[in-house]
Amino acid sequence: MASLLSRFCRKLALPGSAHGSRMTSTTACGSETVKSLNLYSAINQALHIALETDPRSYVFGEDVGFGGVFRCTTGLAERFGKNRVFNTPLCEQGIVGFGIGLAAMGNRAVVEIQVADYIYPAFDQIVNEAAKFRYRSGNQFNCGGLTIRAPYGAVGHGGHYHSQSPEAFFCHVPGIKVVIPRSPREAKGLLLSSIRDPNPVVFFEPKWLYRQAVEEVPEHDYMIPLSQAEIIREGSDITLVGWGAQLTVMEQACLDAEKEGISCELIDLKTLLPWDKETVEASVKKTGRLLISHEAPITGGFGAEISATILERCFLKLEAPVSRVCGLDTPFPLVFEPFYMPTKNKASSSSSLSSPSKTHIF
Amino acid sequence: MIITSTFLYSWRWIRMTCQARQENTCTCRPCKPVTLKHILYGKLCTQTSLKTQYLSSFLYYSSSFSSPLLLVLFADMAIWFARSRNIVFSLRHNLNLPGILIKRDYSPRPAFTNSQLSSKSSVFLDSFTSLRHESTAVEKQLDLVQQSDEENPDQELDFPGGKLGSTSKMKFIPESSPLRVPCYRVLDEDGRIIPDSDYIPVSEKLAVRMYEHMATLQVMDHIFYEAQRQGRISFFITTVGEEAINIASAAALSPEDVVLPQYREPGVLLWRGFTLQEFANQCFGNKADHGKGRQMPVHYGSNRHNHFTVSSPIATQLPQAAGVGYSLKMEKKNACAVTFIGDGGTSEGDFHAGLNFAAVMEAPVVFICRNNGWAISTHISEQFRSDGIVVKGRAYGIRSIRVDGNDALAVYSAVRSAREMAVKEQRPVLIEAMTYRVGHHSTSDDSTKYRAADEIQYWKMSRNPVNIFRKWVEDNGWWSEEDESKIRSNARKQILQAIQAAEKWDKQPLTELFSDVYDVKPKNLEEQELGLKELVEKQPQDYPPGFQI
Repeated sequence: MASLLSRFCRKLALPGSAHGSRMTSTTACGSETVKSLNLYSAINQALHIALETDPRSYVFGEDVGFGGVFRCTTGLAERFGKNRVFNTPLCEQGIVGFGIGLAAMGNRAVVEIQVADYIYPAFDQIVNEAAKFRYRSGNQFNCGGLTIRAPYGAVGHGGHYHSQSPEAFFCHVPGIKVVIPRSPREAKGLLLSSIRDPNPVVFFEPKWLYRQAVEEVPEHDYMIPLSQAEIIREGSDITLVGWGAQLTVMEQACLDAEKEGISCELIDLKTLLPWDKETVEASVKKTGRLLISHEAPITGGFGAEISATILERCFLKLEAPVSRVCGLDTPFPLVFEPFYMPTKNKASSSSSLSSPSKTHIF
Repeated sequence: MIITSTFLYSWRWIRMTCQARQENTCTCRPCKPVTLKHILYGKLCTQTSLKTQYLSSFLYYSSSFSSPLLLVLFADMAIWFARSRNIVFSLRHNLNLPGILIKRDYSPRPAFTNSQLSSKSSVFLDSFTSLRHESTAVEKQLDLVQQSDEENPDQELDFPGGKLGSTSKMKFIPESSPLRVPCYRVLDEDGRIIPDSDYIPVSEKLAVRMYEHMATLQVMDHIFYEAQRQGRISFFITTVGEEAINIASAAALSPEDVVLPQYREPGVLLWRGFTLQEFANQCFGNKADHGKGRQMPVHYGSNRHNHFTVSSPIATQLPQAAGVGYSLKMEKKNACAVTFIGDGGTSEGDFHAGLNFAAVMEAPVVFICRNNGWAISTHISEQFRSDGIVVKGRAYGIRSIRVDGNDALAVYSAVRSAREMAVKEQRPVLIEAMTYRVGHHSTSDDSTKYRAADEIQYWKMSRNPVNIFRKWVEDNGWWSEEDESKIRSNARKQILQAIQAAEKWDKQPLTELFSDVYDVKPKNLEEQELGLKELVEKQPQDYPPGFQI
């Protein structure tokens, strides 16, 4: 799956990258060394590089010191010291508030929320403080150095409180950025961009992929630009838009559809706020159909924003209504997870990907 | 005979271990009915704790088959093994005779005088003797609350948090001390230094400067409040009654200390050099406002003066202050973070978060709580049940002090000392400044609706921090009636000029609506800006004037 994804990756020009544009093939280019890494190791590498390149950067959160409950912060405390990599008390509003204070003083604070399901106590600090810090001060102050990392999404057995996808709440807040990587290589580049972006960023990591996804990840310091969507699979009949772990599911749906002769264009949005409308618009104008898929419940999910925007911009080019294949409008269930999830067969049988007579709304 | 009597007593004691059984309310099967067979086969009441069961059946068996001396030895051993508070507690509880057991003196009782007995077993065995003589009903209420702080720990215990003494006396820490934490003050109501006061001396120059700023702050409050009433600004918050906290705390800090205010501390910014014109510009949101007209009046901020921008949400600045302090610590700056909060704000979760983080991270932060008695219409009696805020410091491991917030000298000394402690020892400090909010919460409030007008009058006239300090400064010969009228008329003139100028100036250009959301304007905002410009150009009559496109 990972090799499929990378084979269809577009060439990217990376500002600030010492090696120029990134190669799309799976083989390493010239002096670039790659290593097979899973998601948590790629993130770990990004954090090592971030702390190495900026002596005024900090990584902290609950249980971060020993390596973190998902092993993303292994080795950091030993290497950079407990002054820069440390455990915090169990208090999300304190973690983010403390991070805002550090960032406001010009430091980079890479803060970890143990799982995205627990981010809500920090919602006030994120929405009322971090997002408005620069604007309300007339640009006298800013907390751009703040990056909030949180594992999100289904994991197979997480239930209500270890599976949530809360990205929609944050996409409604002007002033922050929301970034979601789909794979180890993407995660490292996007995380480094997020950390170095002069705006507060909420970075959701698909916890399902922490161990499951393995990819060749370049060992050097590289960044992937924010607010740039990527067409990871070219096609001509329908555009599919997604992010994070859902893309692997959508990739499968694309393969199935291909067998029936439907050519699918798959887009990884990567940054949800501010999102790359131009790439999606251009693709839908080409294909005439759009299917959006995310794990979060369908009502009020970010798919609604994409759907409304594309409708506004591409109405006359659309050949079918915009489809959304998403989670159900329930709390994330435990034993019912396989029924709740927007699986590939739900995508395949949705109105856009199948014949017009079958119209299921998921 | 000895065996029988010991057996009988142990039986009775076993019976006694179940309080529910005593009251015939126990519903477990062994209890109905209680027979010797049950006890013989160890079918004891399931309501008692497991340990009690084992101990009692152990005792029963040992009493049946061995001599009383052995019984005593076994009892001794049993206690020695179960040397935790739990078992003694459960024994006492189940025996229902704590009034007799919990006694503060360890005077010997007429019981077994065998030298092998430890003090523990004498307590344990006392139960046997008491059984002989006491009724089973509870005669007096439990005296469970610690009367004093003095505790003689019986031994040391080891737990993850470190060593601590143990005690076999079950005592609850009282919910409050018999005496409230006293308030540190230097000046009395007549502006005279109380003899033998600790305080940091203030020079004439500093004292005069402090007084001038307090007077200016008063004039500023009055005129801007009136301007709001006249409809010239939309909103205002005054500091009436809290001028000493504002100015004296600012005077005690160094300019490098980073201030994170709540919203009732503009005096700090005034002290640091924010001009009256700058205050007026922010209130009018004109093109010279550093905040670019984005927030309500009184939401001042100035990076030049190390003063973070005020934000309306309460207490959000507290954990941020911990982060700021930590940054200063890491940069090894000779500075600390100073943050303000009201009495109401201490109920917010961010108060807990902020203090806990500052303590754990050992960040140099001075937390100044202005306890002015009211959070809009909520009196402090409806805000917390503790003795104010100062006692909360200890809960976080933070050094704290309660100070008379209407006494400028006390506030100055306390803040100055706290600041030194914070910076030198790299630790947070909590100051609770007691005061009274003489003014309304804001221009959107009429406090006579929820409090007595004479209460307000009393504080305004007899406990006025500006008057008190003025008396002291005058008594020193540093201030005169002439100086007074000069400062007030100058301040009045300057403020009126500032307001008139600020009112006339243009507002911010329209493009400032869209900038600073991010460092660089994203595409969606560029589009929205274009769209809005077109609309405003087409229909300017629907939009307020003064905003350059």
